[in-house]
Amino acid sequence: MMKLLEGKFGWGLLLVAGLLFPFMAGNDYHLTVMSTAYIFAIATLGLNLITGYTGQFNLAHAGFMAVGAYTLGILTVDYEVSFWLAFLLAGVVTVLVGLPLGWVSLRLRGHYFSIFTLCVGTIMFLVIEKWESLTHGTVGIMGIPAPTAIGPLSFDTPVSIYYLVYFFLVLGVWMMRRIVDSLMGRTFMAIRNGDELAEALGVNLMRNKLMAFSLSVLYAGFAGALYAGFVRFLGPDLAGASHAFDMTMYMIIGGLGTVLGPLLGALMVPWLTQYLQALQEFRFLIFGPVLIFLVIFVPNGIVGTWVARRARQASDAALGKQAPAKETAKESTKQGDAAQKESASA
Amino acid sequence: MDIFLQQVLNGLTLGGIYSLVALGLTLVYGILHVPNFAHGAFYMVGAFVALKLMTGWEVNYWIAMIGAAGVVAVIGALSERLVFHPLRNHPGLHPMIAAIGLLLFLEAGAQALWGADFLRMPTPFSGIVEIAGVTAPVQRLMIIAGAFTLMAVLQLFLTRTVAGSTIVAMAQNRDGASLVGIDANRVAMLTFGISGALAAVAATLYAPINLVYPAMGHLVITKAFVIIILGGMGSVPGAIVGGLIIGFAESFGAYYISTDYKDIISFVLLVVILSLRPQGLFTNGAR
Repeated sequence: MMKLLEGKFGWGLLLVAGLLFPFMAGNDYHLTVMSTAYIFAIATLGLNLITGYTGQFNLAHAGFMAVGAYTLGILTVDYEVSFWLAFLLAGVVTVLVGLPLGWVSLRLRGHYFSIFTLCVGTIMFLVIEKWESLTHGTVGIMGIPAPTAIGPLSFDTPVSIYYLVYFFLVLGVWMMRRIVDSLMGRTFMAIRNGDELAEALGVNLMRNKLMAFSLSVLYAGFAGALYAGFVRFLGPDLAGASHAFDMTMYMIIGGLGTVLGPLLGALMVPWLTQYLQALQEFRFLIFGPVLIFLVIFVPNGIVGTWVARRARQASDAALGKQAPAKETAKESTKQGDAAQKESASA
Repeated sequence: MDIFLQQVLNGLTLGGIYSLVALGLTLVYGILHVPNFAHGAFYMVGAFVALKLMTGWEVNYWIAMIGAAGVVAVIGALSERLVFHPLRNHPGLHPMIAAIGLLLFLEAGAQALWGADFLRMPTPFSGIVEIAGVTAPVQRLMIIAGAFTLMAVLQLFLTRTVAGSTIVAMAQNRDGASLVGIDANRVAMLTFGISGALAAVAATLYAPINLVYPAMGHLVITKAFVIIILGGMGSVPGAIVGGLIIGFAESFGAYYISTDYKDIISFVLLVVILSLRPQGLFTNGAR
């Protein structure tokens, strides 16, 4: 049964569940919570690419999300650019900001990279807060237009917005699975598992790290732009460290270096905090120790632990079969012959 | 000239505080190779404990400072035992995330206990002294004197006492230190304790000319990280020199460039230096 849930079938079930959610949700509030969770899930997927798959713990991720969000906000409100053009530009600008920053920061390794990106995130926050003529400072950007209609599809109800965000999430997950399964994704994992070894195998470290960084930042940029179009108000807090920490938490709870993990984490945690409404302000009083507990005792997260268990079961099963292997081999050839005859006769 | 001297005084004040915070960070990094993101939270808790001791229990400023140092030292040692010790054999990512968990916990705890308001710490040293045309608030002079005295004491402790030498030995070579009979666990807890105490003293010194609030550690800790990257992670003299560089850069930058962007100056300095010299200013070898 559980085996059936893995792979394409499981993803298909999730897809259908997401499509049906608006019919099961009791009210618009639930839709809003879910849409917000999707937006942060997109950003967390990006963070997971650079941190979980490539092994570089980027603490400026919320800053890049804010760059995307502010690009959209400033372009639509102050320059009256159409929403979808601004949306595209948000992704472009985020990557353009990310490339030089990535180039500087990826020359550093391990802890130095994380510390440096923490500082980069702080700079982004401070710049957004202080550069009032561009970003409206602490007042924030108000009155960001909702996504404009594409042909017959308009986005003026919570349900339609939900489907819009959901579309981008599905696109993001699909892209991420393609990236991770490609040669490029394998290269990223090789860098995570040991960059010196990867380099010895002929991997260009800088180019690949920069590639992972740009892709991850692109996810953050589009997530930010969606956030701006969804919430329609922006303040410098979006770039604050607490959002970066939130995303780290989603990633850890779900499982580093898996596609499903960050997704699960990003969807689960907001719902938990919704139900602990009184704790909203103090949620880290519980989640802080939970984070530490998970890192110590369940370092691979929910999905990672599950995958590891499956792998162990598979290897146990393989070891168990080794002894009578010859007989099964004979049998299987017999069966194979039979199957061939059948298919020949059919 | 007066303005110049005024900025020198400001630079020394800021530099002294930053150096103290960076010293704690660099000591911990030297021993455990963990960038302790929760160090800013130690700083914040130190300020709150001192403030509450002074306003709630009407304790003298200096005793409040010692009390805060003690409390935060215990928190530091406990967090080593409960959080970082179980993770000592894990790869680089996990201790960093655990440190963030600790940071979030301490901040949320401070907010739950003491509220999110901006508080002002009273100081017994509210006077102003005039030396050679420069007006100096006594509190600023206290900060400079206190910070540099503490640095000297720390230096003596590290070089002249057995306990201090064990820390240096651990930082130099963990296995070697264990071979000559140094208890790694005890040294790690001691280091965390000292690091927490330094942060608490820095916070209590600086709080009267600043404000006390749960997020007060954020900027200070990022600057302390800038300092130890500049000075070389794990290097004690590097932390002091780096702290002074950032302190002066900020005080002169605030006056000659812009007050609004003074917090950004140190980070821009870091970006420029690291793009030119990825290995830091005072270190050799690759990272």
